[in-house]
Amino acid sequence: MAQKRKVTATVISQKQIAEQIYDLWLETKLAKDVRPGQFVGVYPHGESMLLPRPISICETDKEKNRLRLVYRVAGKGTAEFSACKAGDRLDILGVLGNGFPVDRAKGKRVFLMGGGIGIPPMLELAKAMDGKKQILLGYRNKELFLEEDLAEYGDVYVATEDGSVGTKGNVMDIINAYSLQADVIMACGPMPMLRAIKKYAAQNGIEAYISLEERMACGVGACLGCVCRTTKTDAHSHVNNARICTEGPVFEAGEVDI
Amino acid sequence: MNTEVKIAGVTFKNPVMTASGTFGSGMEYSDFVDLNRLGAVVTKGVANVPWEGNPTPRVAEVYGGMLNAIGLQNPGIDVFMERDLAFLQKYDTNVIVNVCGKTVEDYLEVVERLSDTAVSMLEINVSCPNVKEGAIVFGQKADSLYDITSQIKRKAKQPVIMKLSPNVTDITEMARAAEAAGADALSMINTITGMKIDIHRKKFVLANKTGGMSGPAVKPVAVRMVYQTAQAVKIPIIGMGGIGSAEDAIEFLLAGASAVAVGAMNFVNPYTTVEVVEGIEAYMKQYGIENVTELIGAVT
Repeated sequence: MAQKRKVTATVISQKQIAEQIYDLWLETKLAKDVRPGQFVGVYPHGESMLLPRPISICETDKEKNRLRLVYRVAGKGTAEFSACKAGDRLDILGVLGNGFPVDRAKGKRVFLMGGGIGIPPMLELAKAMDGKKQILLGYRNKELFLEEDLAEYGDVYVATEDGSVGTKGNVMDIINAYSLQADVIMACGPMPMLRAIKKYAAQNGIEAYISLEERMACGVGACLGCVCRTTKTDAHSHVNNARICTEGPVFEAGEVDI
Repeated sequence: MNTEVKIAGVTFKNPVMTASGTFGSGMEYSDFVDLNRLGAVVTKGVANVPWEGNPTPRVAEVYGGMLNAIGLQNPGIDVFMERDLAFLQKYDTNVIVNVCGKTVEDYLEVVERLSDTAVSMLEINVSCPNVKEGAIVFGQKADSLYDITSQIKRKAKQPVIMKLSPNVTDITEMARAAEAAGADALSMINTITGMKIDIHRKKFVLANKTGGMSGPAVKPVAVRMVYQTAQAVKIPIIGMGGIGSAEDAIEFLLAGASAVAVGAMNFVNPYTTVEVVEGIEAYMKQYGIENVTELIGAVT
């Protein structure tokens, strides 16, 4: 695994692509080290805000050393990032986390399931993956994002909570609406969605990998702030709490007690 | 130029250490920092058996700092010795093991298990504010602190550092009790108990409701407590609380600390420890200071 570093990245471009959702391209050598499903910690500038904000990597352009982050403004730190313009600098820590086991999908029927701000990591994953890609995306309303980018790499199905576009409901409702089938699931999204996927995968004997999030401090496995309950003894602390930043964020669904 | 300091007979190549709980057992930061450059690595607290810690959320940012309520999750002494200690012993730095427990017997078991190892010192955690049993129960009353310190001193083969809590009326009273019981040194300060409330959800941000505050915002409190304690006891003090630069570290030395530890600021800048080492050297050069020990308690 590539060595983790804190580096200064340069903003190439940024635009708002949906309500509270921003699309940021950064230039940094870290881009070369990225595997799908990994994340970076982005540091706010102000000294009153100290901790890196964990943000999933949406896409990379490894030849140009570029990294794309699509994130939701959730507080003061991300609000600060959203004001960045081309040429601005951002300190980032990376590359963090384990990423999705892309090879498990090879030659298989796959669901790539993204809900809300869990959608961005699906893009780098879809690009890297070799399999029958069925991309199931859940949004709140008609403010869609990344669905066109993703359509280049597989069959995209959309659900919205308010029914304004696609299937009314969530990503699970898409499966029923189109009678879709998969051998492997890779997913990122809010906890209720991940719980539903875990249940669905267990009932249907499908291999599933889910990406979790939690409030983090160090991002590198030292502070033990961002743990999740695991069904088996974890490798680090030998209890039932794995570090989302290090053993995760991607876990085999059966491994975690969510 | 000499950056060496001695604490309870142990020589440190420089006065810069890591604060327990912020640096794992060094492994997690070895991507960023050459551990050989540090005066010591102080490990995450280890108990006699594995501890699960608290529910999440365990961490929250606050203005100029952070709150944590990890609850001392740790793999227990067996795994620690096999994996973490074995890893640390490959480096040319002192290893200080932070010891935690729910009962005095728990602490003593860990202390005994470490007695035949190359560990340089033991740091006794009697000040974690985030666990219900043990830890801080021993650190907030002078007589309990005296009692546990003397019991540990009877068993310990290595010099013993008592890590003090700032969540007391008079920290010098605790410091004196630890000294009277035979403690070889003091670490201070542990985190200051705090709270954060999410006004939109009307909920506590941390599952534990309260958490220990650390980071730059606590530094003036820590410097003041180190200064007061240095006036009250003769044993050496390892100062910590929001250190993020050599300037911060030098404040602690001038206040009376013999060494310093970098904690939460490792999360902000993973290179902080080595930058502090280099910054202290630059400061010594700038002011023509031959021995770093000249700085200890030199504030007037």
